[in-house]
Amino acid sequence: MAFLDITRLEKFYGTTHVVKDFNLAVEKGEFISFLGPSGCGKTTTLRMVAGFETPSSGSIRIDGRDVVNLRPNQRNIGMVFQAYALFPNLTVAQNIGFGLKVAGRPRAEIDERVREMLGIIHLPELGGRFPFQLSGGQQQRVALARALAIRPKLLLLDEPLSALDAKIRVSLRQEIRAIQKKLGITTIYVTHDQEEALSMSDRIVVMNAGVAEQVGDPFTIYNRPATRFVAGFVGTLNALDAIVTDPATGSITLDGQPIRLNRPIDAAAGASIGLALRPETLALGPRPETDGSLRGTVRDVQFLGSVLRVRVALDGQVVALDSFNTAALRPPAVGDAVEVSFATADVLVSDG
Amino acid sequence: MKPSRIWAWLALAVGALYFALPLIGTIEFSLRMRRGVYSFDAYRAVLSDPQFRATFSFSVFMALMTIVLGVLVIAPTAYWVRLKLPRWRPIVEFITLLPLVVPPIVLVFGYIRLYNTSSWLPLTGTAGGTNLLLLAGYTVLALPYMYRAVDTGLRTIDVATLTEAAQSLGAGWITIMARIILPNIMVAILSGAFLTFAIVIGEFVLAALLNRPAFGPYLQVLGANRAYEPAALAVITFAITWACMGLIQLVTRLQKHTQVPR
Ligand SMILES: Nc1ncnc2c1ncn2[C@@H]1O[C@H](COP(=O)(O)OP(=O)(O)OP(=O)(O)O)[C@@H](O)[C@H]1O
Ligand SMILES: [Mg+2]
Repeated sequence: MAFLDITRLEKFYGTTHVVKDFNLAVEKGEFISFLGPSGCGKTTTLRMVAGFETPSSGSIRIDGRDVVNLRPNQRNIGMVFQAYALFPNLTVAQNIGFGLKVAGRPRAEIDERVREMLGIIHLPELGGRFPFQLSGGQQQRVALARALAIRPKLLLLDEPLSALDAKIRVSLRQEIRAIQKKLGITTIYVTHDQEEALSMSDRIVVMNAGVAEQVGDPFTIYNRPATRFVAGFVGTLNALDAIVTDPATGSITLDGQPIRLNRPIDAAAGASIGLALRPETLALGPRPETDGSLRGTVRDVQFLGSVLRVRVALDGQVVALDSFNTAALRPPAVGDAVEVSFATADVLVSDG
Repeated sequence: MKPSRIWAWLALAVGALYFALPLIGTIEFSLRMRRGVYSFDAYRAVLSDPQFRATFSFSVFMALMTIVLGVLVIAPTAYWVRLKLPRWRPIVEFITLLPLVVPPIVLVFGYIRLYNTSSWLPLTGTAGGTNLLLLAGYTVLALPYMYRAVDTGLRTIDVATLTEAAQSLGAGWITIMARIILPNIMVAILSGAFLTFAIVIGEFVLAALLNRPAFGPYLQVLGANRAYEPAALAVITFAITWACMGLIQLVTRLQKHTQVPR
C-alpha cells in the first residue's frame, strides 16, 4: 500500500460536482504536482487531504490510516499557502517554532529545530524579525520552514509562488525542490503553471473539471499525453485534422499530402482524425533521419530569443515549428516554399 | 493669505472655542471654592470623601469586569461569525445594535422582573447577585462598541488563512484564539475597552435602579447638593479619560509588529 492513498474521492458543493472519482497513490518521498486550469478542483482536493474540507465520499489514507474523520490539527500535515499566512504578531523564529510549542515540546528542542530550519531556508540571521519586515520570497520561505518544523508526514503547497515575481519564482522553486529532496518529505504541490509542474515533479496529476485526466512523470505527460485535454494544456501544440486512407498501415492524408505513420489507427478508412504535433518535434528542411515530411509556404516568423517560431501554411491548415536561433543560419523569409520534417513516432493521434 | 484659508482657520478657532470654553469655565469654577483666591480645595474635598473613593473604585472594578466579560463573549463570537457564518453577519450586527435602540431603563426593568426575589433565579436578593446583573447589563450596553471594534480588528487580518495555518500546525480553538487572533486585534480591543470604560464609569440608570454604590449615582447626588465639588469631579473625569487615550496610544506604539504600516 502506498504512503498516501486517495481512493474514489468525491466532493459536491450543493449540486455542483467539484471532484469526481479521484484516485491517487503516492509513494513516500514523492513530489506530486496537481496541474490544471482555474476551477478544476486542485485546491479542493488538497484541502480534503489537509482536512479543511470534508469529502462527500471516498477515503484518504496516510501511512495506512484513514484520516477522513480526523480534524486538521490531528493530521500532522504541513501546509503552505499562497498568501504566506505568517502570524503577524510573532517573530520569524516564533512562527517557525509555533507548531512545536503547541505540541508542548521543551524549549531547547524548539530553539534547536528553529535554528536548523532557518539554516535550511538560508535565512539564519532573520529569526528576530517580524513578518512585515521580510520580502515576499523570504516570507514564503519562512512559511515553508514553519510547515516543515513539525516534521509533518505530508507537505501540501497551494500555489505557493503565485504571489511572487518571475525571477524569485524560478529560484524558489528550485530551492523548494532541493529542500524536499533533502528531507525526503512526501509532497503535493498545486499549481496552474505547467513549467513549475514539469520542472519540479516526480509525477504530475493533470486535472480537468474535477477529473484526474492523467497521472504520470513529466516526460510522459509532455510526450505521451493520454487525452486531448492534457495534450492541449501542457505545452503548445499543433492540432491538425487528417483523413484516414488505410487504418492498417496508418496511412493518412493531411491537406492532400500523404503521411504513413507505420502503426495501425483505430478508425475506418475515410474517417477524419485529429493529429497533434509539438512545435519542437518539427524541423525546417529535409532531414535524413526522419520519416515524415510536409510541404508548405512560410506564413510568418516569430523571434522568441533563443528560439524561432515559424508558422508554415499547408493547404488551409497551419503548423508552427520551433527551431534554434543560430547566427550562422538565416531565418526563412515569409512566402518561401519549405519542407517540414518530423518523426512519425512523435505524431499524437486522437479520434475526431 | 487666501480668503479660503482665513475661513478655514476661523472655523477651526470657533470649533476649538466651542469645545474648550466649557472646559476652561469648569476648571476655573472648580478652583474658586475659597473666596477671592484660586485653590484646590474642591479637589481636596472630593478626593478625601470616602464615598468618592468607594463608588469610584466600585465603578472601575465593574468597568474592568465588563471589559473582560465583553472580550470573552464578543471576540470569539465575532471571530466565529467571520470564519464560519459570514452570511449571518448582517443579522448579528443588527443584534449588536439593539442596545442603542432599547433604552437601559427597559433593560433594567426586564432584569428586575425576571430575577426578582420571588423568581426562579432570585439574583436581586443578594449584593453579589445584583452585581452580576449590573455586570450583565453593562456588557449589553458595551456590546455595540465592543463588537464593532473587534470586528474592525478582525477585518485587518486574514482570519481564515491564519486559522488554517495554525490548525495545520496542530493548534486547537483556544490556542488559536489566545495566541493568534487576540494578539493581532489587541489594538482594536483596547479602543473598544476604552469606550466601555467610559460608558461604565458614567453610567447612571442601571446602577441607580439596581441600587448599587456606583460612581454615576454618586455624581448625581453630589451634583444636586454641592456647588464646586461637581466641577472638580468633572475635571477629574476628563483627566481620567485623557489618561486612557494616552495609554491606548502608548500600547499601540509598544506593539512591535504594528510599528510600521503594512
Ligand atoms: N466553498 C465553496 N462553495 C461552492 N463552490 C466552491 C467552493 N469552493 C470551491 N468551489 C467551486 O469548486 C470548484 C473548484 O474549486 P477549486 O478552488 O478547487 O479550484 P482550483 O483548481 O484550485 O482553481 P484555482 O487554480 O483558481 O485556484 C470551482 O468551480 C469553485 O467555484
Ligand atoms: Mg486553487
